[in-house]
Amino acid sequence: MGKLLEIQDLKTQFVSSQRTITAVDGVTLHVDQGEILCVVGESGCGKSVMALSVMRLVQPDTGRFAGGRILFEGEDLLLKPEREMRAIRGNAIAMVYQEPMSAINPVFTVGSQIVEAILAHKPVSRAQAAEQAERLLTLVGIPDAAARMRTYPHELSGGMCQRAMIAMALCCEPRLLIADEPTTALDVTIQAQILELIRRLNRDLGMAIMFITHDLGVVAELADRVVVMYAGKVVEEGKVDDLFGDPLHPYTRGLLACIPRPGAVGKLPAIEGMVPHPGDLPRGCHYHTRCPEAVDRCRCSEPPLEALGDQRVACFVAAARRREA
Amino acid sequence: MGQDPLLSVQDLRKHFQTREGWRRKRTVYAVDGVSFDVDAGETFGLVGESGCGKTTIGRMVLRLIEPTSGRIRFDGQDTLALDKAGTKAMRRNMQMVFQNPYAALNPRMTVGGNIAESLIIQGIGRHREHREMVQEMLRTVGLQPDYIDRYPHEFSGGQRQRIGIARTLILRPKLIVCDEPVSALDVSVQAQILNLLQELQARFGFAYILVAHGLHVVEHMSDRIGVMYLGKLMEVAPAREIFSSPRHPYTEALVSAIPQPDPKAVRNRILLEGDIPSPSNPPPGCLFSTRCRYATALCRELEPALETRDGRSAACHFPL
Repeated sequence: MGKLLEIQDLKTQFVSSQRTITAVDGVTLHVDQGEILCVVGESGCGKSVMALSVMRLVQPDTGRFAGGRILFEGEDLLLKPEREMRAIRGNAIAMVYQEPMSAINPVFTVGSQIVEAILAHKPVSRAQAAEQAERLLTLVGIPDAAARMRTYPHELSGGMCQRAMIAMALCCEPRLLIADEPTTALDVTIQAQILELIRRLNRDLGMAIMFITHDLGVVAELADRVVVMYAGKVVEEGKVDDLFGDPLHPYTRGLLACIPRPGAVGKLPAIEGMVPHPGDLPRGCHYHTRCPEAVDRCRCSEPPLEALGDQRVACFVAAARRREA
Repeated sequence: MGQDPLLSVQDLRKHFQTREGWRRKRTVYAVDGVSFDVDAGETFGLVGESGCGKTTIGRMVLRLIEPTSGRIRFDGQDTLALDKAGTKAMRRNMQMVFQNPYAALNPRMTVGGNIAESLIIQGIGRHREHREMVQEMLRTVGLQPDYIDRYPHEFSGGQRQRIGIARTLILRPKLIVCDEPVSALDVSVQAQILNLLQELQARFGFAYILVAHGLHVVEHMSDRIGVMYLGKLMEVAPAREIFSSPRHPYTEALVSAIPQPDPKAVRNRILLEGDIPSPSNPPPGCLFSTRCRYATALCRELEPALETRDGRSAACHFPL
């Protein structure tokens, strides 16, 4: 399948008078047509900044792109003037955010916000847009859509509000939907409903989805392919079955091992230490301070992302082990 | 165990009055008739979705919120009958670990000040001894003793949660209520804190009430689990059994909704229709009947009581 989005060696930095923090540090990844790519990582690993970079929504006064390319359908988004970018945002690429209640405007009705999004991108009349908005609300599983058009966000539950946000994102049939932790603020039974909705959109509309999460359970449910990020870098990438069946990077293994599983008793195999601050990263491999397998080489030089069969991994030890086998 | 339970909660209720507009009053049934026991040294898990009343129960047990009605017996005393001094004495034996380690510590006090404050309030030990007691406690929770003079903002979430645990532990309580102790932490740090909580329990023998929405976390940590829905207990069962053979349809749906970290797992997902009803306007009959796939006319009319059979309790007319 063709590559819809291709990020090459992206570097996104935040600059203050005291220091420069490289939140995304040389990330290379791609999203194929019609696939679900899950990006996993803990807070501060740069996954959200990477997504915002694709949308070019990084604050211009503090944030800057220090290198790399973001190719969407072959065109570099970083070179586009803001006016063209506005035509792409919400149109060809749409985004759903973590907190539905703070991403939606509280003073306008749900319907009027979706209609506004449609009118911004499509040459249709207000009445046609309203009709389409109602259809979208029905599509995302909101009962009694005509009445919900006139309700304000505070009258909806968290799950319903997230559905309305997804409806808004879908209004121009985006070719790529970026979902940044869209179920983290929701309860598990509601999360199950939203995940089912996202799977259905991918299956029925063939929409490519970049799904950002920290929950490996969600990844296993949803992903075709997975990218694992740590401290601003991609540490491992692979098909979902490979990554869960044979994780290569010690960080991926640690993450998978430390989740409590049904039936498991006793001590959890925890990852020692804590996530380093992005302004104060250790030299060499950023994970070496917590890694049980680290060798001298890991402490002084950074491992590149190497292809090993279908998987890619940034780890000297894992790569050497794989070559011996 | 043959002896009396450490904590016995009977028919506990908390109804909040809210105003809507300037005349209409509404009652929110946050907790509505909950009974359970916790034995010494046991971990009792409370799970449920947001708004089900699990946090309110934890707070009522500690008497941070006054119940509307019901009885709480702790360590042989009726806690709701205690006066102010009595409550303070009781709290020496029951402590709380909060969800947000960033908000639970006083940012203007040093780590030592935060931890020693409970000793000062309870009048334990002499001031001179406190420093040594705090340092010993820091070692116990896996922090360096020389952190004592630093301030909370210098620490990460996981370290702050350890400080919070040290603060409760220094009183050597018999019961610790943990309200979502790891949900604000990074995935890789969560396991460290869960391990610490288990190690400390094995060493000091206190009981936990663990309130959380992460079901696997609760299953891993608990001896028994209570499943809550709209302010009521739907099911109480040993932790191992509640996942493998749920009795209540809500538990069944809740368990099936947890994403499993295994792409090859066989999924029998039960998708619940609709949202959780508002606790100010609960449906008649069984509270879960509006979303239950097995619900009958009886369920919509008559509310089932929590009945116990072979050590398992479920509030359902047609348990699975």
